[in-house]
Amino acid sequence: MIDWAPIILTAKLALVTTIILLVVSIPLAYWLAHSKSRIKPVIETLVSMPLVLPPTVLGFYLLMTFSPGNTFGSWLQDWFGIRLIFSFSGLVIGSVIYSLPFMVNPIQSGLASLPASLTEASYVLGKSKMKTLFKVLLPNIKPSLLTGIVLAFAHTVGEFGVVLMIGGNIPEKTKVVSIAIYDEVEALNYSNANTYSLILFIITFVVLLSVYLINGGYLKRFWK
Amino acid sequence: MIEADIHKTLSTANGKMLLDIQLSIEKGEFVTLYGSSGAGKTSTLRILAGLLSADEGKIAVDNTIWLDTVKKINYTPQQRKIGYVFQDYALFPNMTVRKNLEFALEKGQDKSIIEELITIVELKELENRKPKTLSGGQQQRVALARALVRKPKVLLLDEPLSALDITMRAKLQDYILKVHREYELTTILVSHDIGEIIKMSDKIYCLEDGKIDKEGNPISIFTNDKLSGKFQFTGEVIAIKQEEVVYIVTVLIGNNVVKIIAQESEIINLGIGDKVVVASKAFNPVLLKIGK
Repeated sequence: MIDWAPIILTAKLALVTTIILLVVSIPLAYWLAHSKSRIKPVIETLVSMPLVLPPTVLGFYLLMTFSPGNTFGSWLQDWFGIRLIFSFSGLVIGSVIYSLPFMVNPIQSGLASLPASLTEASYVLGKSKMKTLFKVLLPNIKPSLLTGIVLAFAHTVGEFGVVLMIGGNIPEKTKVVSIAIYDEVEALNYSNANTYSLILFIITFVVLLSVYLINGGYLKRFWK
Repeated sequence: MIEADIHKTLSTANGKMLLDIQLSIEKGEFVTLYGSSGAGKTSTLRILAGLLSADEGKIAVDNTIWLDTVKKINYTPQQRKIGYVFQDYALFPNMTVRKNLEFALEKGQDKSIIEELITIVELKELENRKPKTLSGGQQQRVALARALVRKPKVLLLDEPLSALDITMRAKLQDYILKVHREYELTTILVSHDIGEIIKMSDKIYCLEDGKIDKEGNPISIFTNDKLSGKFQFTGEVIAIKQEEVVYIVTVLIGNNVVKIIAQESEIINLGIGDKVVVASKAFNPVLLKIGK
């Protein structure tokens, strides 16, 4: 029988990462969708970098940054008593950065596709920017929000390189499913590796299928 | 009472254009901004609403300063408390008709205004529908009602009827006039439909290249004061045909097609699509009863 700890850890990591991403990405995407600032292309590039950068590169730099042997890492440890490498918090930070474009990009394009007159109408009706965002803009880009949430979740479930670099392979702390699979294969336990793989395969399929069903309006059509 | 003096450099398709507009509008007046596309009508409206910033200028409404670039006063659109109807209606797709109206309520405002407006623009049966399922004219009525929820004193209409057919237009013009009178609004309409302007407005500003070219009473402006007709209609020329020595001009007035005999001198500057006034001077018009 397989060890369930990596699966629970993966689910926990993906959930925490997705929630943090949602909170971070909404203001960031709002700014990117409306800003005419000169530094916008730079920020856009940084947000999208994880799409093309090998995860090991990102993991390596995070490892260097957070390592207690470095200024920032030792400052974190001395002042806050936080050690980010080889810990769950470190995994979360790495995953947030790594999955950022998967959350920000759909929300940003959703916001940019809404006609400006919706925002203006809300302002003219006396509503603040905040109220306009939460009552008018976000409810009208629900498909984009859903896409962002699901992609960020699924992407975090599937990550390997970043996690291995900054988390290592500590059971119940940083050993997620993708690393457990690698472990089992190394130990020639193909049947365990297969069980883990199958679980990831099914979860990913179901999650993505549900996005396409909901966003494509198929469910509504059948429930009518 | 609205006093406005607006200056702004606009970037248009044909390069830069200087918007230089002075308006003086009495309380309760119905005013139209008229002019060709790109003359600066919508920009003027947007500056009045605070959706676009002016380079220099002053806007005062009933002794309240909304904008004074010298004194660095600039009210946000939220503070100006105006009604604004957008060209694309800008209804919130996620809310029903009623929710669109309720969204506009101010904190603690009496909800009875919603019922009142829904009755005035006759939307009772549609109140639980989403905007997407409504026709253009119905959406426009929702937009008009929503703009009035906060009981603004000033109503700005940005070509609200341009996307509608003639019958629907006529009906909506009546709705607009009705609320204009009922709520004692000062209304500014952007339009380039001459018939609509003559029907609705007390005063018209003709804009050309960002400046006010002419201002005054709409009939005298469009007919150059040459006529003192007993009755007159405006319409659009749809055909000109020569018959022996005279010409037959076919004119569309509202949705009636009328044929009018004209001399060669009268049609010399006339082309298909031109706006014309059809008026009678010397003859008495005949009245026939056609029903009750």
